[in-house]
Amino acid sequence: MPEHTSALTAPRDVRRVLFERLFMLACLLAIIFGILALLALVYGILRDGLTRLDWEFITSFPSRRASSAGIYSALTGTLWMMALVTLFTVPIGVLSAIYLEEFAPKNRLTSLIQVNIANLAGVPSIVYGLLGLAIFVRMLEPITSGQTFGFANTSGRSILAGSLTMSLLILPMVITACQEALRAVPQSHRHAALALGSTCWEAVRHQVLPAALPGMLTSVILGLSRAIGETAPLITIGALTYVAFVPKSPFDGFTVLPIQIFNWASRPQAAFHENAAAGIIVLMVVLLLFNSAAIAFRVIARRRLGM
Amino acid sequence: MIGRERHAVARGRVWRERVVRAITFLCALVSIGTTLGIIYVLVSESVQFFGEVSPIEFFGGTRWAPRFSPPQFGVLPLLNGTLLVAVGAGAVSIPLGLLAGVYLSEYASRRTRNFLKPILELLAGVPTVVYGFFAITFITPLLQRVFPDLPIFNALSAAVVVGVMTFPIVASLSEDALSAVPRELREGGMAMGATRGEVIRRIVIPGALSGVMSAFLLALSRAVGETMAVTLAAGADPKVTLSFFTSIQTMSAYIVQASLGDTPHGTIEYQTIFAVGLTLFVITLAMNLLAAKLVGRYRQRYA
Repeated sequence: MPEHTSALTAPRDVRRVLFERLFMLACLLAIIFGILALLALVYGILRDGLTRLDWEFITSFPSRRASSAGIYSALTGTLWMMALVTLFTVPIGVLSAIYLEEFAPKNRLTSLIQVNIANLAGVPSIVYGLLGLAIFVRMLEPITSGQTFGFANTSGRSILAGSLTMSLLILPMVITACQEALRAVPQSHRHAALALGSTCWEAVRHQVLPAALPGMLTSVILGLSRAIGETAPLITIGALTYVAFVPKSPFDGFTVLPIQIFNWASRPQAAFHENAAAGIIVLMVVLLLFNSAAIAFRVIARRRLGM
Repeated sequence: MIGRERHAVARGRVWRERVVRAITFLCALVSIGTTLGIIYVLVSESVQFFGEVSPIEFFGGTRWAPRFSPPQFGVLPLLNGTLLVAVGAGAVSIPLGLLAGVYLSEYASRRTRNFLKPILELLAGVPTVVYGFFAITFITPLLQRVFPDLPIFNALSAAVVVGVMTFPIVASLSEDALSAVPRELREGGMAMGATRGEVIRRIVIPGALSGVMSAFLLALSRAVGETMAVTLAAGADPKVTLSFFTSIQTMSAYIVQASLGDTPHGTIEYQTIFAVGLTLFVITLAMNLLAAKLVGRYRQRYA
């Protein structure tokens, strides 16, 4: 190898090799930047919030005094929203995906729906907030305030309106991911069922859906975890920032964890910043639980499909 | 008898098939309805807004003060704030994201990649309000050590945090684009005596250019629509400026600020947030459509 070494020690090649190393180092540093950012984020939040976090913080209502304020109403609001958003997005998301993957004819309408879903996924979340404000809060006020059903509320700025808005926001994401879960099921499953004389729907119902189920669960959970963290659309539809009661029906006013965090973070006092950080810890723990569940289902899906 | 029964069962099955198809079709139409709803809502309120405020004042005015009397509705300060943050964020996320994408696609071993990708996913999954908190309690104090005159609310901190937020988008999308470049092209370059870095810079990146550009565009479009982090970090001071060292307001932050106050239906303030929303929607849509077109181009090339 002596020739080879001498070739690389020629002045021009030394520069080339040096530049080569520097370039790789730059790439490595860029990825390390990402890791450091995540570490700094976690560190900053734990530093400010860990001492503030206790059981009382979770079970107290918000207060003007930072030291006695808690996230109870925000947490219940978030749980209410999760339940309703699941209720809306699971059937609509799964059935839309089934239509697009299994039934839809290859025509212009289908590709229009598909392109439309891709575009909706890129619409800023605050625009969904404006949609929710005009449609669910104003236009459908009798329904979202519960007046139609005999409730005494007067405002459409309810959990129901918030959940509907959030469902529309995450649907494009859920549909696309569910489509991928369906696509991962081998064609042979469908052909076998059809060859035995089942209809298209029977093949989907008994063969494709069971195989795609874990993958679909992953999609839905990831969609929900997006909804848990979203703030802007709910502020736009006029969710409350100070709630000292536990919502009892979907027609009640509400707040959610991210809004409570925003409210505390936007105050100048350091004591409220500690509350915000403690709230963020709770939010991130919930999100981590959701993501772990999503990853677990992804593993199950791969195993079931023999990937 | 048996034949007729079987016939009835078959008819039931066919009928059920049709009903199920119709239901799933209706569900798929929800997404079309959403788009139509967004366009209808934004346009109808904006039309009322432009009945009161002339488009020339809106798009040409350099002062945004809807609560003053007389109110001033020049959207340029908000547009300026939005673009300033987006450009600043792009200056952080585009070079770093591309280099990280190169590392993931070209240098990292399979094991390293399996370790790094979940970290990027975590970074991408952090709620934006958390990034906002991170900006005011961590990034701003850090920047103030470097620039002692930096006000608490400033465009720089907002741009940096949105850059961190969009970094994983650029990294993972450009990784996708780079790894779609066929192996033979790399091997050809290596065989000609190029170093790995030369292959990456002269062959792989140019080969994946449309995909990489679309990653940049999507990250910028996300930065334009970003709301909570900029609301917290950048302040509420709409102005026309090129300086990062001052507080500003973006279009999305204005919508949040107005929504936090009382904006009764039918008032000019209510219509204002829709006019600003429409502007925001049109800008991000144009960027997303262009990005989709570019992605289509590289998919076509290496499919």
